[in-house]
Amino acid sequence: MEGTAVLGRLTWQVAQVTETRQETRRVKTIALDLDDWRGHRAGQHVDVRLTAEDGYQAERSYSIASAPEQGLELTVERLDDGEVSPYLVDELRNGDGLEIRGPIGGYFVWEARDMRPVFLAAGGSGVVPLMAIIRHRIAVGSSTPMRLLYSSRSLDDVIYRVELDQVAANDNGIEIVHTLTRAQPEGWSGYSRRIDNDMLREVAWSPSESPSVFVCGATRFVEAVAEGLVGLGYDPRSIKTERYGGTGG
Amino acid sequence: MSGFISRGFRGRRREDAPEGRVPPGQYLTDDFPVLSAGPTPHTPLEEWTFEIRSGGASVSWTWEEFRALPSETVTVDIHCVTKWSKLDTVWEGVPVETLLERVDDDSPYLLAFCDGGYTTNLPVEDVLDGKAWVAFAYGGEPLDPEHGGPARLLVPHLYFWKSAKWVRGFELRNEDEPGFWEQNGYHLYGDPWKEQRYWGD
Repeated sequence: MEGTAVLGRLTWQVAQVTETRQETRRVKTIALDLDDWRGHRAGQHVDVRLTAEDGYQAERSYSIASAPEQGLELTVERLDDGEVSPYLVDELRNGDGLEIRGPIGGYFVWEARDMRPVFLAAGGSGVVPLMAIIRHRIAVGSSTPMRLLYSSRSLDDVIYRVELDQVAANDNGIEIVHTLTRAQPEGWSGYSRRIDNDMLREVAWSPSESPSVFVCGATRFVEAVAEGLVGLGYDPRSIKTERYGGTGG
Repeated sequence: MSGFISRGFRGRRREDAPEGRVPPGQYLTDDFPVLSAGPTPHTPLEEWTFEIRSGGASVSWTWEEFRALPSETVTVDIHCVTKWSKLDTVWEGVPVETLLERVDDDSPYLLAFCDGGYTTNLPVEDVLDGKAWVAFAYGGEPLDPEHGGPARLLVPHLYFWKSAKWVRGFELRNEDEPGFWEQNGYHLYGDPWKEQRYWGD
């Protein structure tokens, strides 16, 4: 097991919002500046705590979107019935403080020294920690082959679309495959259905290449992809999963 | 408290949150979110055993033998380290002390082991006296594989990662050796009322 997460107490600190970027209609990226950030690993998350004037508090966890080399950025999807995400997406602006602690999690993490080919499978905003992995690979100049299979409802719901197009066009050993499950633009030649075993067989590395796998999305998505890969002959221990419950965030 | 106020945040307090039942930093959910580090294992019941390892010896139960043990139905609140809490969940399971009674061993710690390679560590005193069960039913139905079926540990007074899914047995130990999440940044003990989420909390 890869037990090398940071030691010592993770204390709450107030970060400053330095930039917010609308990624899609429901998704925003928040760039943060901290005095005392010990750095993170690609795939980790942070805890965010909001405090109302009467002292009422709400805490949630959010994945880090940036590579360790790029400072700290979170990407947050607005959940309509949520408590914290509507504040982060609708209310928070440049110059505001945001209380966070982290980084957290020592398992759903990709290290650039791992030379195995990487298969990434993202459902919706599950792409966020996987983007940190892609950005980290590019930032360190790694040549590890990587493939991202990314399921979105429509082209407008694709987070990081422009950047992913650039990554794919650069032919640097990172391949991006989209599937659009609800609506496709005219002339769309990519996949247009939920990820299934046939799609995994076509897109994922052969199990004989001993790939490492990161799957992130809603529970049903993660279950389908992880079970599909096991069915194709992947070693279950090579498949790391992270789930977006999508409840109350 | 830091005294920091999040500008413009009012929050959406749940009026139905009963006092004293939601630990700090948690929110109530009516859903039952699923969290696990890897694929869901599917061990056939014919191959399933529950094993307690004690020194060089071990005792084990087949599924049939395990299900023949006296079980209890309990209603408990559960608290996940990812911040959700769920109240009044109903489980059926075998009290852990019923299983431990079969071994003559006074080791102070155990490591629960599971299909899929997951482990979690617990002090033995935290699983005795009606504090923990090996649960096989949830809400009156057989436990769904996503939620840890056929059987999972249920230790509701600690964060829910201690309630190991797909549990297959215990290894009794003299030392409190960290399990899977405990090696990966999470607290060795995990008391939700003390917010023992991560290393150093």
